[in-house]
Amino acid sequence: MLNSELLLKMYQKMVLIRAFEEKVSELFAKGKIPGFAHLSLGQEAVPVGTCANLEEEDHITSTHRGHGDILAKGADPKYMFAELFGKSSGYCKGKGGSMHIADYSLGIIGANGIVGAGIPIATGSALAQQQLGTKNVTVCFFGDGAANEGSFHEAVNLASIWKLPVIYVCQNNQYAVSTPASYALSVQDVSSRGSAYNIPGVTVDGNDVIAVYEAVHEAVERARNGSGPSLVECKTYRWHGHFEGEEALGWIYRSKEEVEEWKKKDPIPRFENNLVNQGILSKTDIEKTKEQTKQLIEDAVKFAEEAPLPDPEEALVGLFPD
Amino acid sequence: MREVMFVQALGEAMAEEMERDPRVILMGEDVQLGAFGQTRGLVERFGPGRVRNTPLAEVGFTGAGIGAAASGLRPVVNIMMANFLYVTMDQIVNQLAKLRYMSGGQVDFPIVIWATTGAGGSAAAQHSDNPAAMFVNVPGLKIVKPGNPYDVKGLMKSSIRSNSPIIFFEETTLGMMKQPIPDEEYTVPIGKGEVKREGTDITVVAIGCMVSQALSAAEKLEKEGISVEVVDPRTLVPLDKDIILNSVAKTGKVVVCDDAPPLCSVASEISATINEEGFDFLKAPVARVTREHVPVPFSPPMEKFVLPNEEKIINKVKEVAKR
Ligand SMILES: Cc1ncc(C[n+]2csc(CCOP(=O)(O)OP(=O)(O)O)c2C)c(N)n1
Repeated sequence: MLNSELLLKMYQKMVLIRAFEEKVSELFAKGKIPGFAHLSLGQEAVPVGTCANLEEEDHITSTHRGHGDILAKGADPKYMFAELFGKSSGYCKGKGGSMHIADYSLGIIGANGIVGAGIPIATGSALAQQQLGTKNVTVCFFGDGAANEGSFHEAVNLASIWKLPVIYVCQNNQYAVSTPASYALSVQDVSSRGSAYNIPGVTVDGNDVIAVYEAVHEAVERARNGSGPSLVECKTYRWHGHFEGEEALGWIYRSKEEVEEWKKKDPIPRFENNLVNQGILSKTDIEKTKEQTKQLIEDAVKFAEEAPLPDPEEALVGLFPD
Repeated sequence: MREVMFVQALGEAMAEEMERDPRVILMGEDVQLGAFGQTRGLVERFGPGRVRNTPLAEVGFTGAGIGAAASGLRPVVNIMMANFLYVTMDQIVNQLAKLRYMSGGQVDFPIVIWATTGAGGSAAAQHSDNPAAMFVNVPGLKIVKPGNPYDVKGLMKSSIRSNSPIIFFEETTLGMMKQPIPDEEYTVPIGKGEVKREGTDITVVAIGCMVSQALSAAEKLEKEGISVEVVDPRTLVPLDKDIILNSVAKTGKVVVCDDAPPLCSVASEISATINEEGFDFLKAPVARVTREHVPVPFSPPMEKFVLPNEEKIINKVKEVAKR
């Protein structure tokens, strides 16, 4: 069984991701964040359950919907908000924005605006980890939509024949923009595609952080001991639109009832109850965690708001290393 | 005449051509939703057999479009944003562009690859490219890039009717632009540019979203005593060289504007053409207004700095007009 220290950390991370994205939603609606905001509200259990298995030296790749993955791997909300505001002190000096956040020092080797493009990159990261003789692993986060891109199939096959230390974590949130997974996938479960590439594939309840933790735990162990890649599919749901503001464009593709049904399966209170029942978490702890998280987010937003905008000519810097 | 928005005009072109010819089908990611509004309502009208949502599989469905075109359909393949064309490069460049020629002309590929393009909304580098020049560089593809609602409708209709492979670029930044267009049916020929505004001192050749910016710049420059002629080639392959050279013969000075990186660009190509075929008309070197040669940054001040705009056109025109 997981020790209570780790369980509490996982709980705090989920609360942090929730608070971070609720804030993004609020700031975006106020017009304070330029560009797009793709939120993963409702999906918090997947990155948290996954990354709780990782060391700082392990790598992750993420997607356009990556705030949760990046926070779960240890990113600082301060620099994330600064990036979202387009400030020079942001993770990417204001050049990347929400879809392209990276912190190589924390093993976050990139969110990605191109669907499926992170999958081969994660595979390459694992190749380096194997070749350099480390015991590190790479986790590749991707969506149900991305599982239909050619890049998925090529990269997973490569990882399988080379027994690379990579864990493909599919966040199946049921939709790719407006297209339901039930229509676009030739199989019911993405995980069943593992058999086509001769790697283990499992599907878990993606709103149950412990189930995610355990499935990824096994996959990470396999990867670390040289047994090769695994595919873990986490069934979950995104509460908000494909991006913030889509309702205004008249994008309607799922029923209110469906969204409400899934909100009842909120992974946070579910984990909270579990921890309270086990006596690991008290009502006061819950309030304290939420209070502290709120303060942390306020501080991060303040840092980002007060940071200076880049000099426009900084746009010309950084294309090449020399 | 009715006032019609750019995206509406495109939707009308699609609907009219689907009505006209049952072999026309539309496919792409979320086309039934109509992400930018252009294709909304088409599935209700023509059914999911002819308006096909695809999974995320650009190589698969673009290639399928090519095979279908060789086998009796007239597919329109929608690529949600031009950056995702890169995923399909082999199918478009190695296959589509070459198969007719390589088979000795045995078969035609009546397909339109329709991609949206444009920057300016802080979408960052992976969602802001305008890769038209890359496709111009490939023999075997016709490239269309209209700059107003009238042209976008007429050119989409011609593209769907054409038996050549067409890459059709839709400027997202023009989506809401309105213009009166005729009630009755019309088309705009592929390969014919248009003088959008007459002038005598200097020619501005403008492409896609730069056309309206050039026109607005010309209005302002008029007040400062500079008479600007604005030429819109509308299609990049084939390029209407005559309309450009005729204008240069009249004005002797040229600024070429394209919202794309400058190296090996459409602007370079037009500049080289004027140099080769219109050198004797020139009173000053041909100048260009383009993006800076970097990926498009996210942060608004940097983004604004790298993209061309009306102000940059005005400054460049003044500089060249002085010479
Ligand atoms: C190659 C490519 N095609 C299309 C898009 C546009 N797009 C961005 S996100 C998205 C849906 C992705 O769905 P999924 O992989 O399930 O991830 P989710 O958004 O559900 O988290 C699409 C179609 C893109 N960014 N890249």
